[in-house]
Amino acid sequence: MEHYLSLFVKAVFIENMALAFFLGMCTFLAISKKIEAAVGLGVAVIVVLAITVPVNNLIYTNLLREGALAWAGYPEVDLSFLGLLTYIGVIAALVQILEMVLDKYFQDLYNALGVFLPLITVNCAIMGASLFMVERDYNFGESVVYGLGAGVGWALAIVALAGIREKLKYSDVPDGLRGLGITFITVGLMSLGFMSFSGISL
Amino acid sequence: MSDHSIKDVLFGPIATNNPIALQILGICSALAVTTSMQLSLVMGVAVAFVCGMSNLLISTIRSQIPSSIRIIVQMTIIASLVIVVDQILRAYAYEMSKQLSVFVGLIITNCIVMGRAEAFAMQNKPAISFVDGVGNGLGYLVLLIAVAFFRELFGAGKLFGVEILATVNDGGWYVPNGLLLLPPSAFFIIGLIIWALRGWKKDQVEAEEYKISAHTVKEAF
Repeated sequence: MEHYLSLFVKAVFIENMALAFFLGMCTFLAISKKIEAAVGLGVAVIVVLAITVPVNNLIYTNLLREGALAWAGYPEVDLSFLGLLTYIGVIAALVQILEMVLDKYFQDLYNALGVFLPLITVNCAIMGASLFMVERDYNFGESVVYGLGAGVGWALAIVALAGIREKLKYSDVPDGLRGLGITFITVGLMSLGFMSFSGISL
Repeated sequence: MSDHSIKDVLFGPIATNNPIALQILGICSALAVTTSMQLSLVMGVAVAFVCGMSNLLISTIRSQIPSSIRIIVQMTIIASLVIVVDQILRAYAYEMSKQLSVFVGLIITNCIVMGRAEAFAMQNKPAISFVDGVGNGLGYLVLLIAVAFFRELFGAGKLFGVEILATVNDGGWYVPNGLLLLPPSAFFIIGLIIWALRGWKKDQVEAEEYKISAHTVKEAF
């Protein structure tokens, strides 16, 4: 239990997807002008990450890994080179399915998240989490916790940035720095703040 | 469409229409690999290759792709190209591919590749699309190298792994600035580069959302 808790805290704060690994930056900068939009996107990312990472984990351990096909009688087959293609396919398919399920059964949620879901397919944070999961050899339980943690961390970062940017738009920024430039500097300062979490270990 | 001249398409993205500084595309991986010049160079070349090839291939079959499934078709082509790059790096530059770790795989979700495929290759002839892809890859490469130059030179006193400023640890005079090797510095440097670029090309400056009016009310002294 402690191990999972520590993994969760690590995924949320210390190895924050957006601020420590720069993943999902494009959407992070593009959709952080309004808090409501940021919250919607953040929730969508949490949901998608919490589903895709464990699913990719199952696929990796049962189909792709070297020797994983032993149950089918092919112990020497190593399909791990197909990983990249598979993960992105799984992510795209899951996002599509999620969109359809939400549309059918959870109309309210669909209206809130709908526009963000297609954006998520090309969000590097989702793909990055699956790749980190493979690289660090997480088991199924760990990948559930890691997916959830990574999503929460990303959502936290984008909501915080949106809050800052809503205030920032009233300030008198030098011409060339206005917009994208000052946002980068702000994110840099946030990232600096998040670095102070790096000493935490449970 | 023949109204794109090759020179504009190839060199436009480097300064006037830089994918990172202006279009906000492909920032994710740009920041993480810029701690050393060598990594940035490999990454930039890989992206230029994938982007050029994917534009070429997608443009070749653009009239055959049904528009409802075009994203998944583009994705598959890009993912296959990235697998090729990944395998080549693993075979011939294993150390390098270990250091780049997940970021080679993340070229798939690099918005530049996807964005150019969607915005340019779907409407233009193969040859010019290829040039456009390579041009955007070069714009990415140039910005990456620029960031890496500052981070490696002042963070470790080296360029391409060759010592330029002798650091204190090796008996020299330069005290390396450790912050430049940490993530936040990449944000600062890109922010400042954007500032410099927009100071040079004024038309890229974004419009003000709010104009602060002059102070008109007299204070009650």
